[in-house]
Amino acid sequence: MNGTTIFTVCGILLFAIGLYGALAARPLLRRILAANIMGNGVFMVLVAGAYLPADGGAATGDPVAHALVLTGIVVAVSATALGLQLVCRLHELASGDREPDP
Amino acid sequence: MNAAAGASLLLPLLVSVPLLGGLASFVLGGRGRWVAVGALALNAILAALLLAATRAGPLGYALGDWPAPLGITLGADGMAALFVAVSALVTLVAGTYSLAYFAGGSATDRVFWPLWCLLLAALNTLFITRDLFNAYVGIEVLGLSAIALVTLAGDAGAVRAALRYLLVSLVGSLCYLMGVALIYRAHGVLDVGALAGISGATPPEQVALALMSAGLLLKTALFPLHFWLPEAHASAPAPVSAALSALVLKGTFFVLLRLWFEVLPATAGPAAATTEAVLGAAAIAWGSFMAARAPRLKRLVAYSTVAQIGYLFLLFPLLEAGPAQAAALDAVVYFVLAHACAKAAMFLAAGNVQSAAGHDRIDDLRGDALPGAGTQFALAFAGISLIGLPPTGGFAAKWMLLQGAAEAGAWWLFAVALGGALLAAVYVFRVLARSFDLTSMLAGRAAPRLARVSACREWSALVLALASLALGLVAGPLLSGIHGAGFALIR
Repeated sequence: MNGTTIFTVCGILLFAIGLYGALAARPLLRRILAANIMGNGVFMVLVAGAYLPADGGAATGDPVAHALVLTGIVVAVSATALGLQLVCRLHELASGDREPDP
Repeated sequence: MNAAAGASLLLPLLVSVPLLGGLASFVLGGRGRWVAVGALALNAILAALLLAATRAGPLGYALGDWPAPLGITLGADGMAALFVAVSALVTLVAGTYSLAYFAGGSATDRVFWPLWCLLLAALNTLFITRDLFNAYVGIEVLGLSAIALVTLAGDAGAVRAALRYLLVSLVGSLCYLMGVALIYRAHGVLDVGALAGISGATPPEQVALALMSAGLLLKTALFPLHFWLPEAHASAPAPVSAALSALVLKGTFFVLLRLWFEVLPATAGPAAATTEAVLGAAAIAWGSFMAARAPRLKRLVAYSTVAQIGYLFLLFPLLEAGPAQAAALDAVVYFVLAHACAKAAMFLAAGNVQSAAGHDRIDDLRGDALPGAGTQFALAFAGISLIGLPPTGGFAAKWMLLQGAAEAGAWWLFAVALGGALLAAVYVFRVLARSFDLTSMLAGRAAPRLARVSACREWSALVLALASLALGLVAGPLLSGIHGAGFALIR
């Protein structure tokens, strides 16, 4: 079992754990975090696949896979930011609703 | 040669015009709405040019002059051009409606226009990209802008619906991305054209297709993965609901169609396609049943979307193989076009009803509290297109469906299509009957309209409804472009 396989299996496990959390958890914050873990699992699978063992010379990496992961991280950050903002807004609205009626 | 190169330039323009329009309208703030409307109008012209240009054959464009294996290419065939055209039409008309719906210069108005343009840019990207990862980015931009638009309604219900939509959307797109990662590891390319030639039915490809399909089905809201849809679509502002139901679902559906029948044509077996069709039939039954029971107009229209999405999947077994492929593809594309126009018209009209009557509880609507004739005609025309009565676009689509079913000998599709039409009639006539309920007026205690609905809003709804009517008359010429010269979606 070489490094690539270990990282790939870990990536798939992370994806599965994240998927379970995103579907099963009740607190909204936890579900957003779980979706992030899912994303990290995918990125790990991609990065593990980018490792190209070279026969003889030094091992190289596949730059396209790295570029994909980088783009994926940017998308994940924006989606998480929107999710967190929505959770905050929901809390504000919920507490605002409660104040008027004693 | 030069003309073809010029026509190819339409592809990058279709993405950059709405994108730049959105950015400019964000920077300009209060006056941004006019820039955005300008971008929408320009996009509509580009879409018409694309429709004309793809008649001669598919167009391709390599971004930055980097060819396919390394760079990202854009491409459009007749089918993509039709999807681009219907998005252009709906965003332009619903955009015109929004000019009157949102108060100019208000905080909501300033946020709406940039997001609206972003939504269109993402849709165009999905329709013309030839790269699976680029499609992922498009799906995410589409989802994020749609979610942000839902929150514009402002109340806690809308924010809750948006959060749910966001989580569903994230899970769906990450499943899709995992599939992309597996395909990239198996083949080392993400270009649709390159993959179409080398893909087979190996286990990694099957897992990848299953993951990508699950993610896309979740976002396309096929029964039983539709649970997030009614709340999100019903609580958004009217023009946003129109775009969500008419276009956003079709964006992910388009990717699904390409994936199944062009990128990985041999990977899914007939059993998988039949499963989709059975789920489609269940969606028609459940969506129509819930629509017939819905207490509120917008929720009724949202559940009707659940049902109409079912028709798109009903045809998957016919697309898979056999003599009826061409008729089935015609029917799928036409269902998308007809539903986009009719559903957008219906949501816009529902927004007018809500403004005029002050609520949208169907049982409490009275004929004299409804907005003017434009809105009521829009509801009627869009409704008969949803049922599939002639001479509407919905009828043409259903006719092609039955033609395909007859050619393939799939007689059970007849039962589903006809039953679906009856169920649709139940919920559509439930709405139309309110126009004739004049009891309160005759009794001399008229419930007056709360607000006058501007002519712009009435006409916008009516224009889209008339478009769904006109689609029934131009089916032949419109669809002639999607065969033969396309990207070999059907071999």
